[in-house]
Amino acid sequence: MKLSAIGALLAGSAIAAPFAAMAQTEIQFWHAFTGRLGELVAEQVETFNASQSDYTVVASHKGNYSETLNAGIAAFRAGEQPHILMVFEVGTATMMAAEGAVKPVYEVMAENDAPFDPDAYIGAVKGYYTTEDGQMLSLPFNSSTPVLWVNRDALAAAGIDPDTDLSTWEQVGTVLDTLKEAGSTCPLTTAWQSWIHLENLSAYHDVPFATLDNGFGGLGTELAFNGPVQVAHVGAMGQWAQDGKFIYAGRRNEGGANFRAGECALFTESSAGYAGIKAEAQFDFDVRPLPYWSGVEGAPQNTIIGGASLWVMEGKDTADYQGVAEFLSFLSSTPIQAKWHQDTGYLPITTEAGEATREAGFYDENPGTDVAVIQMTTNEPTGNSKGLRLGSFDQIRGIIDEELEAVWAGDKDAQTALDSAVQRGDQLLRRFEQANR
Amino acid sequence: MEKRVTFKGWLLPLLLIAPQVAISAVFFFYPAGQAIWQSLFIPDPFGLSMQYVGLGNFEYLLSDPFYRQSFVTTAVFSTLVTLVSMVPALFLAVMADRLLKGAGVYRTLLIWPYAIAPAVAGVLWMFMFNTRVGVISWYLGQLGYDWNHVLNGGEAMGLVVVASAWGRISYNFLFFFAALQAVPRSVIEAAAIDGARFWRRFFTIVLPLLSPVTFFLLVVNVVYAFFETFGVIHTITSGGPQQSTTILVYKVFADGFVGQDLGSSAAQSVILLVVVGALTVVQFKYIEKRVHY
Repeated sequence: MKLSAIGALLAGSAIAAPFAAMAQTEIQFWHAFTGRLGELVAEQVETFNASQSDYTVVASHKGNYSETLNAGIAAFRAGEQPHILMVFEVGTATMMAAEGAVKPVYEVMAENDAPFDPDAYIGAVKGYYTTEDGQMLSLPFNSSTPVLWVNRDALAAAGIDPDTDLSTWEQVGTVLDTLKEAGSTCPLTTAWQSWIHLENLSAYHDVPFATLDNGFGGLGTELAFNGPVQVAHVGAMGQWAQDGKFIYAGRRNEGGANFRAGECALFTESSAGYAGIKAEAQFDFDVRPLPYWSGVEGAPQNTIIGGASLWVMEGKDTADYQGVAEFLSFLSSTPIQAKWHQDTGYLPITTEAGEATREAGFYDENPGTDVAVIQMTTNEPTGNSKGLRLGSFDQIRGIIDEELEAVWAGDKDAQTALDSAVQRGDQLLRRFEQANR
Repeated sequence: MEKRVTFKGWLLPLLLIAPQVAISAVFFFYPAGQAIWQSLFIPDPFGLSMQYVGLGNFEYLLSDPFYRQSFVTTAVFSTLVTLVSMVPALFLAVMADRLLKGAGVYRTLLIWPYAIAPAVAGVLWMFMFNTRVGVISWYLGQLGYDWNHVLNGGEAMGLVVVASAWGRISYNFLFFFAALQAVPRSVIEAAAIDGARFWRRFFTIVLPLLSPVTFFLLVVNVVYAFFETFGVIHTITSGGPQQSTTILVYKVFADGFVGQDLGSSAAQSVILLVVVGALTVVQFKYIEKRVHY
């Protein structure tokens, strides 16, 4: 067995996890949540532990998404992997390709006679984690989708009706002009530029991000986001950046601070930004569906998710998987899901949890919280809007970030930048294909 | 006559060097050997399978213009970090050396920044220069300069250099200060009597006498710039924008631990090993000749 020094170090922390009563089987669960989300996860785990006496789930925080995945991989190499590992959507292809390291969720459920109905899950959510023949490989945990956040006060200050229609990018463009003329220093900003302005843009306009159904069809996939729709959008955003109408704040969700402080009028960000914006914003805000280009046929299709899912790791005692199956069933249950959805702004993973939330009157009391659900579920996903399954995707996103930054800075035009991103990303895809042959 | 102490037999000398050899073997030769071995393969992240590719990883790297650019970036970055951390340190040390009163306080204050971890220093500087809420970027804005290291590669480089060099100034200051104390007063006084002014004395007498320390700091600071500035770059720029602050070590991390491409990462480690080895040889062969002990 190969054992890298770093692997051994990271794995060492697994041994240090607290010991539970000996009679109970311990289920290790590694996740990437801190702060409020971390507390909510801890609460779910406590509720489960209190609900039965055979198993104790031990949740451990392992850093951010990338770090958690790395910790899981290093631990597997050292033979110290957890039972359940949280992996962000970007790592899906990496996990899927790791046959022998992961145990598909449908298999875990079937082998342990746990109640499991794949049809209960929202199509656009589960599709991301399902094989071509419909088998669910991991359990969706936290999923969100991008929406448009609007600072109503900022619009009113610029003499714009806060209820103005912002369904299309054309309409947004007009509003940006007015905002700029009225002296706004930040008419539009964004978080997660690659996820929102390329990955979701492609799905929403039903154009491919990559060939072979965005990689669902196999490892031979090639990037295709340098098509006319994407080039036109990035070109328009680039022009807005040059005109001072689109303010770029950073690769992750740095723009959120500007929006919450009231500096920015419009903000494209995950629906899960809800908790933070609600807590901090000192202005009247609302949530709108992500805009689309009205000139593109097939738009709006549906947006795709971001977030993480839970993967079950191989190599544990057969008896342990019974506990894993019970925990996963517990997480999918309607009350737990409905609460999670309402507390966090993440999507419910089952249709039933969404309905329970509606019946409880939550959407009426918190207008706009259902925008993301509607946006994802109105249309049946197509090959272009089911999700993305690309190897080395974290790095490809890094490349996209770099090339987009070149456009915002005015160093490159949209076509050149996207062509370059496709070419560089394809090299990584070929390496990934080679590594997983 | 030269005096030499020799050991009788082999056991004792071997025993005496054994700890050093053991440490080198465990912490250097073994991992370096692993890196060389792994650089010949493309493994999958979980270690389930490996594809032998010979020198394929090296070919892939060297044909990548961004990787070649990373050498230039690293050279620029380490030169700047070394200069920015050594020149002000020497200046401060010379000034501190002249102080009659309060030298202790002054010295203590100057040493403080060294106690701050690179990643924390990175966060500090990142906040001061944050494009929206940073104090310094706000003042720059007042002066009509639009600071944006998120998009401007030159500004990003400047920021990571300053953030990396800042804490090192303290370290270098300590060494320079100690070395200055060792410069014999009599030599300086003699020069002063001959009519040499302060800066003249400094360049013709003090600086040459400081050369062993300067050389030592040069080597140490270059190694620091190569390997230990990782935390600063990670927190401030993550290698961006457009890879303008991606130094070689950062790329090893990004490809290996973000991209899970361990083959490429291992190959980069091997290249880095060769580069740093060559650099050390150059430093000792050419620069050390000009050092007077």
